[in-house]
Amino acid sequence: MEYLSIFVKGIFVENMIFAYFLGMCSYLAVSKTVKTAVGLGFAVIFVLGITVPINYLLENFVLKEGALTWLSADYANVDLSFLSFIMFIAVIASMVQLVEMIVEKFAPALYGALGIFLPLIAVNCSILGGALFMQERQYPSIGEATVFGLGSGVGWLLAIVAIAAIREKIRYSNIPDPLKGLGITFILTGLMGMAFMAFMGIEI
Amino acid sequence: MSTETTTAVEKKESLFSKKNRKLLTDPLDDSNPITVQVLGICSALAITVQVQQAVIMSLAVLFVMIGGNVIVSLMRNIIPDRIRIIVQLVVIASLVIIVDEVLKAYSPDISEKLSVFVGLIITNCIIMGRLEAFALGNKPGPSMLDAVGNAMGYAWILLAVALVREVFGSGAISFPGFGQVKFLPEGWFYANGGFYENNNLMILPPMALITVGVIIWIQRARNRSLIEEN
Repeated sequence: MEYLSIFVKGIFVENMIFAYFLGMCSYLAVSKTVKTAVGLGFAVIFVLGITVPINYLLENFVLKEGALTWLSADYANVDLSFLSFIMFIAVIASMVQLVEMIVEKFAPALYGALGIFLPLIAVNCSILGGALFMQERQYPSIGEATVFGLGSGVGWLLAIVAIAAIREKIRYSNIPDPLKGLGITFILTGLMGMAFMAFMGIEI
Repeated sequence: MSTETTTAVEKKESLFSKKNRKLLTDPLDDSNPITVQVLGICSALAITVQVQQAVIMSLAVLFVMIGGNVIVSLMRNIIPDRIRIIVQLVVIASLVIIVDEVLKAYSPDISEKLSVFVGLIITNCIIMGRLEAFALGNKPGPSMLDAVGNAMGYAWILLAVALVREVFGSGAISFPGFGQVKFLPEGWFYANGGFYENNNLMILPPMALITVGVIIWIQRARNRSLIEEN
């Protein structure tokens, strides 16, 4: 039940886009059509599902205060958490590169669908944001951290697909000229965010 | 001979020549990082509940941008093309660590409020975007001006949004070092028998998006060359 709660919370209550505005840049840039939005959304789920658990291991066995005790009891007071930004971003950038190479080699069809989006993802705030929230919330086990990563990814996918569908339809509406494009997308996202606030406080 | 004279002329071009001044002023309006280039939105929206957070965030971004642009510009000829993204990320991440440690030491309460968003300066697309688009191909001097210009363009949007949200949402204005000042008389509030009530919606996340949307609307209505096709 714990896992389900974290998963649902990641999708609806603590949605990356509507509650924390993470990954807005690619959200706004790649949401012109539903097809590309779905591609980017799945790439984000994929990368979040891989990098959050890796960063969890890094945090708990290397960076946290006293995390190095598995090497020797002398390291009980070593606190490397000031290095966490640089370690997390290095893990993310290299994992994205690695995932890109593996996918290209073993699943060319998937590469065709996700390929162009993967390099974009290294600098998507939602990936680093996922790692930093994982660090801040101190999940008790790697399972919970993974589920959190996947849930946030699904929430992100949901948000970008929804806005892409709206943007496809809104092309035929009569919007004031200065509001066309970016302006109306911001306001729409705000309205969707208000709707998502209805999920606040849900516990499963 | 002639090439020598042209390089000499180029060297003499002052730091504040017309071309370079354009680097400073363009990002304020025509190529504003937030409302036109659509870069760095995440942090701009998340930390605009109070003006003091916005000021601290702007200063942090200014510092990281100047540092990053100058360092990458100095190294532009020795960075191998294939690994440039990782090199840029490492430079930015080191600068952000400095900012984070300074904030934690001197204003722990603001550092707490900004929480993960200090770390997210690393993936702030303005910084990566300017490094890619400008610092990799230009000398340190102009790169610094470009960094200052873009950081200012980012800062004024951030401050405008924060001002609207704080004035209407909390009925107060705050500034780092002065704390939050409530300027409305207590007697005006409904709870004390008055007629006024703060708009609590302004403090919630969705209003940040709508405020930025309205700023974009106003800017494009004044500067019609920025209007998009659909």
